[in-house]
Amino acid sequence: MSLIKVTGLNHRYGERAILENINLSVDRGEVFALIGPTGAGKTTLLRIIDLLEVPGAGEIYFDGKCIPRSGKQRLEIRRRMSFIHQKPQVFNLSVYDNVACGLRWRGEGKNKTAEKVDHILEMVGLKGYENRNARTLSGGEAQRVALARSLVLEPEVLLLDEPTANLDPISTAKIAQLISYVARQRNTTMIMATHDMSQGQQLADRIGVLLDGRLVQTGNVTDIFRSPQNEEVAHFVGMENIIESVIIANNEGIAMVNIGGNAIQAVSNYPVGKEVYACIRPEDITLALSSTQSSARNSFQAKVSRVTTLGPLSRVEINCGFRLVALVTKISAEELNLQEGREVYATFKATGVHIMEKEIRQ
Amino acid sequence: MTEIWHGLTKAIELIISLDPEVMQIAGRSLRISGTACLLASLICLPLGSLIHFHQFRGKRALTNIIQTLFSVPTVIVGLFVFVLFSRAGPLGVLGIIFTPTVMVIGQMILITPLLLGLTISALSGVSKEIVDTATSLGASGFQTIWLVLREARYAVLAAVIMGFGRAISEVGCALMIGGNFKGVTRVLTTAAYLETSKGELELAIALGIILLFLALIINIVLNRLQQR
Ligand SMILES: Nc1ncnc2c1ncn2[C@@H]1O[C@H](COP(=O)(O)OP(=O)(O)OP(=O)(O)O)[C@@H](O)[C@H]1O
Ligand SMILES: [Mg+2]
Repeated sequence: MSLIKVTGLNHRYGERAILENINLSVDRGEVFALIGPTGAGKTTLLRIIDLLEVPGAGEIYFDGKCIPRSGKQRLEIRRRMSFIHQKPQVFNLSVYDNVACGLRWRGEGKNKTAEKVDHILEMVGLKGYENRNARTLSGGEAQRVALARSLVLEPEVLLLDEPTANLDPISTAKIAQLISYVARQRNTTMIMATHDMSQGQQLADRIGVLLDGRLVQTGNVTDIFRSPQNEEVAHFVGMENIIESVIIANNEGIAMVNIGGNAIQAVSNYPVGKEVYACIRPEDITLALSSTQSSARNSFQAKVSRVTTLGPLSRVEINCGFRLVALVTKISAEELNLQEGREVYATFKATGVHIMEKEIRQ
Repeated sequence: MTEIWHGLTKAIELIISLDPEVMQIAGRSLRISGTACLLASLICLPLGSLIHFHQFRGKRALTNIIQTLFSVPTVIVGLFVFVLFSRAGPLGVLGIIFTPTVMVIGQMILITPLLLGLTISALSGVSKEIVDTATSLGASGFQTIWLVLREARYAVLAAVIMGFGRAISEVGCALMIGGNFKGVTRVLTTAAYLETSKGELELAIALGIILLFLALIINIVLNRLQQR
């Protein structure tokens, strides 16, 4: 049974609808990532789930019980959760008091509190900081205090709002590690908002895509990243190649689609004549100097039109009768001497092509 | 000019020698204003929190009124308390007019708007995010209020000290309802007023110096607090 269930949730600030008809359920022990661009309503949804805000319409169920819109029960339920806010705020107290306050509010004894706080400070690497005023900490340290303050409560549900935004890559990795450790160790249910796609991918059992206040698609990681439901989601999850096409043949699930005169093999059940989008993830396209024999079913001769370097990766725009974007490692881009005008072969598997119904626009 | 100089040296002598009368008056001032400030704080901190944390109709108007009353003339408070507690007044039966008790009450009334207003603005200085964080961590309503008061502790303490400063330095109210009786209700300000009118400048200056000295201490403490 789901631990948290949200049904028909609507919320507005003033005249603006922020969340529209959100239906969501998260099982006990599940790690759910809420991804979506800035302003999509992720924080608002988490605030409503944490019972900080009362939604305009809709119900929230916790452990099967419908939560009333006001009253004492909200505090009791809230005490079974913990919310790490997007901009962590430490109290103007010592680090120890910051971490201990949630336990004290729950009436935990002095010795037990000290024991738990010690343990958690050790875990987040803040041992020896007990007596520092938390306001004097660096941003990253404050974030760890915020994390410790929540984790020490051993909540059934942990709500995380961009837990690693504003952190350097090493701290990010450490925090992510800690989060997944806690998820496994204590079987904590987590709902995590992030616009860091890779983090969602790494940590989550299931992902929900929130676009402009609507939960457009929920599914496991592969579903979301390989088979987005529509153009919007495809764009958001980094599906850079979204090409208009038509199904021209279909042989038991292996379809041929026509892209500007080129035939591409793909896996799809749509009938012949259907107008679709063919989506290919840029990292699924391999580039080579000669046509290679492989199980990949699609190979095209192409001309490089532009190369941009993104850290360890190179983003290569090519033209093979239609425009494609490929992502290769910087090293292989150098080995292939990829530069404007260079002739290459672009190859991708039929299973790497996601066929998506073309939405009829009003 | 020589008169002032003479008065000043004599005044310093009085202070250094811990002249019993001067010390007694100063002590009484501290006691009365301290008590008034303490009692007013006990009322204003919770009341201010209540006002700050609750949304109700007329909240804006109420805070405006409170702020307007920051600088209510002391004689008006004096008059009000006098009418209330004079023998013929509605609370005259208590028989506390011209006693330190009524002075405490007067000063409490005088500084209540200031304390209340400054408490509210001190609490407003604590961000909504802090309040949300506390709520998220499972604080009940009262636990949240207590935390926010602690977050704002320097500003709240500054408010209390400002209240004390206004109480100890006012003269109108103390004079009207205390009556300036020697050894009973004579405080620093009323004594300085009386001695000046009698021409006893040295005593008046000594009292004035003590008042200034207290003001200085208050200011130093306030500055320290504001730097936090
Ligand atoms: N208290 C508020 N009053 C008015 N509008 C608000 C309020 N809180 C949020 N909004 C608006 O609601 C929308 C959704 O905000 P929200 O903070 O939930 O977005 P988000 O998905 O968390 O974005 P980000 O990734 O930038 O954190 C935004 O357009 C925001 O401006
Ligand atoms: Mg947000």
